[in-house]
Amino acid sequence: ASCVQYRLVVRDVNTLQILQLYTCLDQIQHIEWSADSLFILCAMYKRGLVQVWSLEQPEWHCKIDEGSAGLVASCWSPDGRHILNTTEFHLRITVWSLCTKSVSYIKYPKACPQGITFTRDGRYMALAERRDCKDYVSIFVCSDWQLLRHFDTDTQDLTGIEWAPNGCVLAVWDTCLEYKILLYSLDGRLLSAYSAYEWSLGIKSVAWSPSSQFLAVGSYDGKVRILNHVTWKMITEFGHPATINNPKIVVYKEAEKSLQLGLGCLSFPPPGAGAGPLLSSESKYEIASVPVSLQTLKPVTDRANPKIGIGMLAFSPDSYFLATRNDNIPNAVWVWDIQKLRLFAVLEQLSPVRTFQWDPQQPRLAICTGGSRLYLWSPAGCMSVQVPGEGDFAVLSLCWHLSGDSMALLSKDHVCLCFLETEAAVSTACRQLGGHT
Amino acid sequence: MRKVRPREDLCSGPLSFSSGILALEIAMGDWMTVTDRGLSSESKTISQYTSEIKMSPSSLYSQQVLCSSIPLSKNVHSFFSAFCTEDNIEQSISYLDQELTTFGFPSLYEESKGKETKRELNIVAVLNCMNELLVLQRKNLLAQENVETQNLKLGSDMDHLQSCYSKLKEQLETSRREMIGLQERDRQLQCKNRNLHQLLKNEKDEVQKLQNIIASRATQYNHDMKRKEREYNKLKERLHQLVMNKKDKKIAMDILNYVGRADGKRGSWRTGKTEARNEDEMYKILLNDYEYRQKQILMENAELKKVLQQMKKEMISLLSPQKKKPRERVDDSTGTVISDVEEDAGELSRESMWDLSCETVREQLTNSIRKQWRILKSHVEKLDNQVSKVHLEGFNDEDVISRQDHEQETEKLELEIQQCKEMIKTQQQLLQRKAFEEERASWLKQQFLNMTTFDHQNSENVKLFSAFSGSSDRDNLIVHSRQPQKKPHSVSNGSPVCMSKLTKSLPASPSTSDFCQTRSCLSEHSSINVLNITPEEIKPNQVGGECTNQKWSVASRPGSQEGCYSGCSLTYTNSHVEKDDLP
Repeated sequence: ASCVQYRLVVRDVNTLQILQLYTCLDQIQHIEWSADSLFILCAMYKRGLVQVWSLEQPEWHCKIDEGSAGLVASCWSPDGRHILNTTEFHLRITVWSLCTKSVSYIKYPKACPQGITFTRDGRYMALAERRDCKDYVSIFVCSDWQLLRHFDTDTQDLTGIEWAPNGCVLAVWDTCLEYKILLYSLDGRLLSAYSAYEWSLGIKSVAWSPSSQFLAVGSYDGKVRILNHVTWKMITEFGHPATINNPKIVVYKEAEKSLQLGLGCLSFPPPGAGAGPLLSSESKYEIASVPVSLQTLKPVTDRANPKIGIGMLAFSPDSYFLATRNDNIPNAVWVWDIQKLRLFAVLEQLSPVRTFQWDPQQPRLAICTGGSRLYLWSPAGCMSVQVPGEGDFAVLSLCWHLSGDSMALLSKDHVCLCFLETEAAVSTACRQLGGHT
Repeated sequence: MRKVRPREDLCSGPLSFSSGILALEIAMGDWMTVTDRGLSSESKTISQYTSEIKMSPSSLYSQQVLCSSIPLSKNVHSFFSAFCTEDNIEQSISYLDQELTTFGFPSLYEESKGKETKRELNIVAVLNCMNELLVLQRKNLLAQENVETQNLKLGSDMDHLQSCYSKLKEQLETSRREMIGLQERDRQLQCKNRNLHQLLKNEKDEVQKLQNIIASRATQYNHDMKRKEREYNKLKERLHQLVMNKKDKKIAMDILNYVGRADGKRGSWRTGKTEARNEDEMYKILLNDYEYRQKQILMENAELKKVLQQMKKEMISLLSPQKKKPRERVDDSTGTVISDVEEDAGELSRESMWDLSCETVREQLTNSIRKQWRILKSHVEKLDNQVSKVHLEGFNDEDVISRQDHEQETEKLELEIQQCKEMIKTQQQLLQRKAFEEERASWLKQQFLNMTTFDHQNSENVKLFSAFSGSSDRDNLIVHSRQPQKKPHSVSNGSPVCMSKLTKSLPASPSTSDFCQTRSCLSEHSSINVLNITPEEIKPNQVGGECTNQKWSVASRPGSQEGCYSGCSLTYTNSHVEKDDLP
């Protein structure tokens, strides 16, 4: 599904054929599928409206108006029948039920980047709250929205909460001014607290491994610390140095393949010996020989949100690999082998990495840098794929299909579907659309 | 001053005197000095002179002293004549007498009976005095030599000591300078160290200060934040109230129709029961998770325990067979292994029964594993020591012996090989002989059968024989060898046969170039077989016959050209020998 201005277009994934077309009242800012893929909600923050469309019954419609309360965020509940609207200024969260047309209110939600989190099985929802300058976490039962647990957290200013995939542990971490991560069990008991250091900027990103065995904590000091689920103590920490010396690590450097012979200055000199696996028209990966030094970015120290630290963390679906990005080396993606707890490969791109995402089914990583290429990495090797299309297709973000067979590449006003086949050939289909899916 | 004058002559004389004169002069001068020092002052001038003499030819001086043994030359006579001439004999005698008496020598004059004016010169005394003076001279020279050498030695010692001293002084200087340099460096390093300490302290202080600042700022910030937040909350509340009071009908959900629940169930009221149910569910979930994890851990534990037990068993099996081998250094630990094995057997059975993570069982397992491991470690260490000892000590006696044995064995084997080779050779020869014998037998049979037909040919053969006597050496050989046949009928029987064969072979008379042909002919007809008969008969008589037999047999052996060659050549020699030997 994708939206253009105020229209919602639903397409088939395989054929990109338009299946449905809906019209909303205002420009859509956010669309979301319900968990059972039967409904799509379209949120229009400016108007404070949420419209829900059904795929089964195209004539069914639903409109939720927050009115003067305003709308800041809107999301589905895991059962696909409730919509949680966050009103302006985070005054409250309104839970609208599609089944009973009833409304519930949750007061004092916390305005933080990741304040709501649902368990994977959709039973429980954890919500961060703040009352009287203190942080609390409420656990709700999603089936009837009953408050299960309510406890305070020992944090200065809670920044995020996240359930473990097994739904039994809740990770709660503090603002970046203080390195603190707390682990609570489902019933609200504090299991453990971990703090690596103090007096420096703390946690930047957190990721659970899909098996719930590991919790990766990326911090501003450029290190990822892995906690284990048995003792909740650090088992290892991964540093991200600018120079890689270990010859066992494969370093892929993206290099331009110069096609123009006339202007020879555009070609980048290939850095290392030997050519890596390649399959592209304009750029390829080359394996650089150690020692390799990566391009670093010196952060501006007097500005907020400095570009240092581990900004992105993602585990592969089998928990074997962890992909990280160190913000002062923005062009590189680091892949760590969790089995052996060491660095496995480093991919250095020509431009800063915007986002990466693992294939939901296998350890395959897709990276996009905002250029017109898509990069794929797997333990077997990596390749760079040119997105076909007229002009430049700047891949700003990407999203895998659940089956792992295809992914959607998003640019500013285009969407491109990339189908991956079992062979090396990759085919892409491009459509011009607006907004985001 | 009379004394002085002659000396003046001496002193003023040029240095062109011979060495001997000079020596005497100087010797005299010496005396002068010796006496003058001790005696009257009037001779002080003399001493000056003499000392001058002493000083001036200083370099010659030592040389001249050494050459004191040079015999006096004729110039001495002139020298003597200069001192004592015809005129002043009496004066010189009296002077000499005076001098000698002062020296303690007996007087030169004879004993005077009375106070007579003229005393007779005692020649004996004079000679004695001369002798004494010579002896004295020699002694003095010797002493002088010694003194000279000693002086030289002392001089060299002195030089040496001086050089040593200067060297040591230099060394002392350099070491002093080094020490100063090191002290300086030490001082500098200490300075640096102090500076670094200071810097470190400063840094630490700074860090502490900054931390304090941060802490204070943090509290301040928190305060501010709280204040602002409270304000914000107040505002929010107000806004909320306003919003709620606004009675805005717009806040509503406009839905076409109710959507069924995802699981198809009806909605239910929220009651206490539901709450309890929720709690139950939550706890159930938690408990499930814990149980699952515990199961995983138990499985892991069981696996690890299995691995440990396996390790233990293997270790025991590794260590126990060692005891059976007769080792020189059996120690008690191996004994304990056996006892451990027995113990562990009991333990194992017990453990298998208690396959739980019981505290005692766990401890037992780990302890037993630790014990085994220690034993294994000590065992390996001992082995290592042994190996290293072997390397250090070099070859043991065993090794040496074994090497000797090895060499002996190799020698033995070589001998054996040689013997075997010889045996093979002899056997080969015997085999050939056998073959020939067989052939001979067959020929004999044939000849016997053909005997009657060849009677008339015999005479011809004899003629031919003589004719061909000079044809070829080979034939000669054959002929000659056959000549002294005095054997009985068999031989005679054979001879006409030989003749016949010879005639057959004669057309193909051999020359050196056609030797192969003859050989082949011969081998075809195997005439040599016949010929062999004759020498064979001779065999018991002749020593050399055997050789020839052999050689001929060798020659007749088909297909061996070299053998033929050698055989024939040998037959030459042997036959020659035979010729001589044969009667």
